[in-house]
Amino acid sequence: MDYFFELFFSGLSKGSIYALIALGYTMVYGIIELINFAHGEIYMIGAFTALIISGILTILGFNKISILILATIGAVIYSSAYGFTVEKIAYKPLRGSSRLSPLISAIGMSIFLQNYVLLAQTPNFVSFPELIPEIKWLEPYSSFLGSTDFVIIVTTAIVLVLLTILIKFTKIGKAMRATAQNQVMAALVGVNVDKIISVTFIIGSGLAAIGGVLIGSHVGQINFYIGFIAGIKAFTAAVLGGIGSIPGAVLGGLVLGWTESFGTGYISSDYEDVFAFCLLVLILIFRPAGILGESTQQKV
Amino acid sequence: MLKLEKINTFYGPIQALFDVSIEVNQGEIITLLGANGAGKTTTLMSICGVVPPLSGKIIFEGKEITGLSTDKIVSMGIVQVPEGRLIFPRLTVLENLEMGAYLRRDKKGIKKDLEYVFNIFPILAERKNQKGGTLSGGEQQMLAIARALMARPKLLLMDEPSLGLAPLIIQQIFDIIKMINKENKTTIFLVEQNAHQALKIAHRGYVMENGRIVMQDSTENLLNNEDIKKAYLGL
Repeated sequence: MDYFFELFFSGLSKGSIYALIALGYTMVYGIIELINFAHGEIYMIGAFTALIISGILTILGFNKISILILATIGAVIYSSAYGFTVEKIAYKPLRGSSRLSPLISAIGMSIFLQNYVLLAQTPNFVSFPELIPEIKWLEPYSSFLGSTDFVIIVTTAIVLVLLTILIKFTKIGKAMRATAQNQVMAALVGVNVDKIISVTFIIGSGLAAIGGVLIGSHVGQINFYIGFIAGIKAFTAAVLGGIGSIPGAVLGGLVLGWTESFGTGYISSDYEDVFAFCLLVLILIFRPAGILGESTQQKV
Repeated sequence: MLKLEKINTFYGPIQALFDVSIEVNQGEIITLLGANGAGKTTTLMSICGVVPPLSGKIIFEGKEITGLSTDKIVSMGIVQVPEGRLIFPRLTVLENLEMGAYLRRDKKGIKKDLEYVFNIFPILAERKNQKGGTLSGGEQQMLAIARALMARPKLLLMDEPSLGLAPLIIQQIFDIIKMINKENKTTIFLVEQNAHQALKIAHRGYVMENGRIVMQDSTENLLNNEDIKKAYLGL
């Protein structure tokens, strides 16, 4: 039974990371119907930022918890700035053109950011410090739930609650939903649509950066390419749950995490990616709009 | 109050408006008549800055608003009830109304206006927690008007409020438009294909054909004009 729980929690923690990244895909898609392929790179930049900040703070002699918190805040701010800038440079000028143009621009941005980090850092994996401290009282359960998994799950849960409150109850959240449902009408009630789009990119990038910091300290090493793989997986999660749907992205992330975790645990670890993408194919055949996705039919 | 001076508007390479000049005075209802595709909706969208004109001037309360962004124009008091109503389908009725008051900060005033619109449209109060997309066409039109009123408009632009509605509801909608104009002193710019109803409540009218204003007059004169009778009133 311990083995089952171990797989359950590692799947949950993996799924949480997918969910954090998938939210960025789904929110941006919800508002401007663009698959932001550079989103995975934002996550990777978040991880690198945390690595650099934690390096500096370690030298300055900060303790582990304050390093974790400051590195995360730094990564969120830096990645958000990247997300904001990418939108302004690569997508905004293309608004109103065919849907293919911003997509190609997104792929270009993704390649550019990867290569930029490749040059600025190194092509090799660099080790990421263990930022998450051991939690003492978790020790009796350590056979199936590690401290890192625990922190990842709890952090994600808190972030999701905050995001839900923001979107459901605040004025800006309401404006985001209105803009996603009808951009022209949102403008006609006085919403500054450009601002809402920027805010969406900033929030999505911030969430991805949190994911980057958490995964960095979980896996222990990062390089310029981690964003690509994670991005594709998170994109899969977003489609799985129904692209454009926020609960869908979370559910998709968790389902994907569990599929991989149980698949590798009970069948074979060689097929990790196979399980993920088989699941995607099955969902797309039997429920093309995703698990929670709304069909695009409109009432007349 | 609002003055359009020879505006020319394009959709890509296609010109939709040609030297359109319209004047709306404080407190009046003016109507813009015309067939499908004449450019009526484009005129409203040009005023709101959704499809800004390439040349010409739009002046509102003495200030030029040509080229301003839509949210700036809305913040000056020009509010539109667009064609097809454009309710936010997955927001509740109440949230739709709150979005109408998006630019306002006075919580008390918003609450009072909420009661005011629920008073005019009691059905909306009944359905306030229902999703906008689940309302019937007539209810959605009421919601669209109520949402616009929540912004406390100085100038209300209405695009075909009678489109697709049952005759009984059309009558109700026009009565309410008249009342809004009388009670709140709101200036109304009404675009309609239902010329009969529109001319009944408006003070002055413009007629548009192929993107050009071809006639303008008081409603009495328009109602007695032979061409108008034939083309728009079916007499």
